Amino acid sequence: MPERGERGEVVVSMRGIVKRFPGVVANDQVDFEVRAGEIHALLGENGAGKTTLMNILYGLYSPDEGEIYIRDKRVTISSPRDAIELGIGMVHQHFMLVYPHTVAENIVLGLSSADFFFPLREVRGKITEFSERYGLKVDPEAKIWQLSAGEQQRVEIIKALYRGADVLILDEPTSMLAPGEIEELFTTLRRMAEEGRAIVFITHKLDEVMAISDCVTVLRRGKAVATVEKSRTNKQHLTRMMVGREVLFRLRRKPVEEGQIVLEVKGLHALNDKGLPALKDLSFIVREGEILGVAGVAGNGQRELVEVITGLRQATEGQVVLLGENITNCSPGEIIGRGVAHIPEERIRMGLVPGMSVAENLILKAYRRSPCSQRLFLNHTFIDQHAERLISEYEIATPSKDAPAKLLSGGNIQKLILARETSEEPVLIVAAHPTYGLDVGATERIRQLLLEQSKRGAAILLVSEDLEEIMTISDRIAVMFEGRVVGIVDTAGAEVEEIGSMMVGAGKEQERGRS
Amino acid sequence: MRVRMEKRLIPSRWMTLSAPILSLALALLVIAFVFLGYGVSPLLAYKRIFVGAFGSLYGLSETIVKATPLMICGVGLAIAFKALVWNIGAEGQLLMGAVAATWVALYAIPDAPAVVLLPCMFVAGFLGGAFWGVIPGILKAKLRANEVITSLMMVYIASELVNYLVYGPWKGAEEWGFPYSSKFPSSAQLPRLLGTRIHYPTLILALLLAMLVYVLMMRTKLGYEIRVTGENPEAARYAGMSYFKTVVLVMLISGGLAGLAGVGEVAGIHHRLRYPQGISPGYGFTAIIVAWLGRLNPLAVILTSLLFGGLLVGGDAIQVALGLPVATINIFNGVILFFVLGGELLTRYKITFEWRREE
Repeated sequence: MPERGERGEVVVSMRGIVKRFPGVVANDQVDFEVRAGEIHALLGENGAGKTTLMNILYGLYSPDEGEIYIRDKRVTISSPRDAIELGIGMVHQHFMLVYPHTVAENIVLGLSSADFFFPLREVRGKITEFSERYGLKVDPEAKIWQLSAGEQQRVEIIKALYRGADVLILDEPTSMLAPGEIEELFTTLRRMAEEGRAIVFITHKLDEVMAISDCVTVLRRGKAVATVEKSRTNKQHLTRMMVGREVLFRLRRKPVEEGQIVLEVKGLHALNDKGLPALKDLSFIVREGEILGVAGVAGNGQRELVEVITGLRQATEGQVVLLGENITNCSPGEIIGRGVAHIPEERIRMGLVPGMSVAENLILKAYRRSPCSQRLFLNHTFIDQHAERLISEYEIATPSKDAPAKLLSGGNIQKLILARETSEEPVLIVAAHPTYGLDVGATERIRQLLLEQSKRGAAILLVSEDLEEIMTISDRIAVMFEGRVVGIVDTAGAEVEEIGSMMVGAGKEQERGRS
Repeated sequence: MRVRMEKRLIPSRWMTLSAPILSLALALLVIAFVFLGYGVSPLLAYKRIFVGAFGSLYGLSETIVKATPLMICGVGLAIAFKALVWNIGAEGQLLMGAVAATWVALYAIPDAPAVVLLPCMFVAGFLGGAFWGVIPGILKAKLRANEVITSLMMVYIASELVNYLVYGPWKGAEEWGFPYSSKFPSSAQLPRLLGTRIHYPTLILALLLAMLVYVLMMRTKLGYEIRVTGENPEAARYAGMSYFKTVVLVMLISGGLAGLAGVGEVAGIHHRLRYPQGISPGYGFTAIIVAWLGRLNPLAVILTSLLFGGLLVGGDAIQVALGLPVATINIFNGVILFFVLGGELLTRYKITFEWRREE
C-alpha cells in the first residue's frame, strides 16, 4: 500500500496469519494493517474469522503461521498481558467485568502498576479525566451490575485506555447499544482517533462501516478479500465482497388478512430476577399469520415477557391466552405441547445442549411424542432420519448428525434451533433476537424462514433490538419501555424516528392516557 | 514460566480411552512410595495384591464377592453423576436396603417359601434404598439443599439406625451378645456358587442391571432427560423437562440400586443384619471411584468394580502377609480417585507450559 502524507504510520501489521481449528481454517494467510489515527472496520459475516484474527492480536490465540509487527518490530504475543504491554487493548463482545464491584475497582483490577494500598485514589481522578476527554460518562463509584450495557462498555473502554492502549479493538461494540448510545460511542471513537490512536472496529453491519470507519478490511471465509478506503466504496460493493453475491435488503411482504387471534396477553404483570416489577399491565394480541415486532431497548421487560409466555417465568397478575385457552403459568412442557415454539435469546446457554449430538439436539422438543419415541423408548431410526432431513432442509453445516452441537458456528446453531422449533408447525413462535450476532447470509435465511412460517399461518412474536429487522419483516410493531407497551403501530407508514423516540420513553404519557 | 489451561474442543478418542489407564498407572507409582516408606518393596506388594486378588480360585471368588455390591452401587451412581446429582450417600442407601430386607426376612413374612421371600426382600431393599435417596433428592430439587452434604448426612443416620436395631430391638437372642440380628431362615438365604461365597443371583442381577442401565441411559426418554439435565439444566427447563422429576427419579434409582446391593450382602453373605461396618466396609463410597473410573459408563463399571474388588481382596492379603496397616488400602483408594479426577481434567483441558524470554 503506498504511503500517503495524510495517513498515520502503520502501527499494527499482521502478515500471513493462519489459524486452524478442528475442521476449519479460521484465518487463512490473512494480511492486516492498521494505521495510527484511523478507525479501521473489520467487516465480515459470522465465522469469517474477524474475532479470531483480533484474538490473535490480543494474545488469546497463538497463530499457527504468520508474523505480527508492532511499529515495524516483530513481536510474539502469547497472552493479553503481552498485548497490553504493547499498547493493544480489546473490548470484547461479552464484557469481562466483576459485577459486584465498582467501576473503579474493576479498572484497577489486574493493573500491575497499582499501589498495593489504597489503589483506588489515583484511579478515580484518571477515570474522571478520561470521561471528560472522550465523553465517556460513567460514575467511578457505581457497581457494575447497576450499569446499562452501554455504560459497561464505557468501563471496558476506560479500562483499556487506562492500561495505555493506543490500539483499541472493539468486537461488535454496537450490538447491545440503543441508537442514542451508538452515536455517543462513535463520537468517543472519533475523538480517540483524532488523538492518534488506532481503532479496530469489528462488525458485520454495513451502516456502521459507512458511518464511522476510515478504512475497511473485508474477510470472507477466513481470507482477507480486500482493504479499501471508505470514501472509495459503497454498501453494495462491500456486501458483494463480504458475501460473494448480491443480497436483497428488503424482504417483500403481502398484507395479511385479519386472521384468528392466536395469542392474547391481558394486563400482564411479572417480576424480574431481582424481584422488581418488570412487566406492568401489558396487553396485546397476535393474529394467525401475523408477525408482531416487539421493539425496545434491552432491559425494558422483553426477556420477562418472552419467559412468561413460554412458561419459564411466573406471571403475578394478568393472563396469557392461546387460541382462546388460558395458559397463564402453565408448565413449559405443557405450553410446548400446545404448539408454542421458542427461539431463545441466549441460544447456547438455553437453546442447545452443547455436548450432545446434532441429532439429539434436534429432538429436544419432540422427544416426548411419537414418532420420536414410543412409550418409554426413543426411536433412534426415526431420530436419525429426522436429523438427516432437517440438516439438508435447513442447510445446517455440520460434519455429521452425530457431531457434538458445540462444533457448529453461531449461524448454524441458530439454524439448528430454527429447524427444531419450526419443523413441528407451531401455532405460535416466540422469537427473541433471532438474528443477533449472525452474518448477512444467515440473517437473511432466518428472516425468510420466519416469513415462511407466518405465511403458513403461524403467529409470530418477534422480539428484537434491531429496529431494521423489525421494520423489515413485522406487520405491526409494539414498542416496550419500562415494562409497558407504549404504543403499537402498523409497520406500513411507521417512521424509524417515531419508534426510536417511543423506545426511549417519549410519548409514554399520551399512550398511557389513551389506553 | 507460565502455565495455561485451554479447553479442548473434542477430547481425542485415544485420550479418552487411555486416560483412566494412565491415571491408574500414575497412582500406582505414587503409592509405591508409601510402600517404600514402610520398608516394603513396592513390586513385591503389588505382586502380592495381584496374586491375592486374582492368583487363586479363592482369591478370584472373593474378588467377585466384593465386586458385586460395588458394581450395583457404581452403576446406580453413574446415573446420578450423569445428571450432575452428586449422590455421596450410596453407603447409607445400601444399609437401608439391608434393613428393609432384614425386616421382610425376620418379621414380615419369615415363613414364606424362598421363591416368594427372596424377591420380596429385593423389592423391599430397593424401596428402602430408594426412600433414603429420594429424601436428599427432594431437598435438592425443592429447597436447593446441597445433596453432597444431605446425602452424606443420611449415611450417618442410616448407620446409627442399624446400630440401634442390632443393639436394641432386633438383637438376636442366640447371638452370644454380638450386635447381630437373628439368623435369617434358610429360605431367606441366597444360594452360593459351590465352595465359594459368591451369591450368584446377586451377581447375575448386577450384570443385568449394568446392561439395563446402559439401555436406560442411551435408549429411553428418561435417559435422554437425565443426559440433557446433566449437560445443560437450563436447556432441560427450556425443553419442558421437570427438574424435580429428573432429580428425584435419579436419586430414587441410584438409591434403590444401592439398596439392592445391601440385600445381596445380608441375604448372600452374612445371613443376618450386623453392625454397619460388618455389612459394608464402605462399598458405597468406593463405588464413587468405581463409577468415575468407568467414566460413568455402566458397562465399564463392570470392569472397574472387578478391579476394585480385587484391590480390596489384595489389600487384605498384604495386611496379613506384609503386616501393613488397614489404612494402606484407604490411601490406595484416595490416591486413585485423585488421579482419576486429574486425568478427567486433563482430557478436557490442555495445559501448556511457556518459557518466556524477556524482550
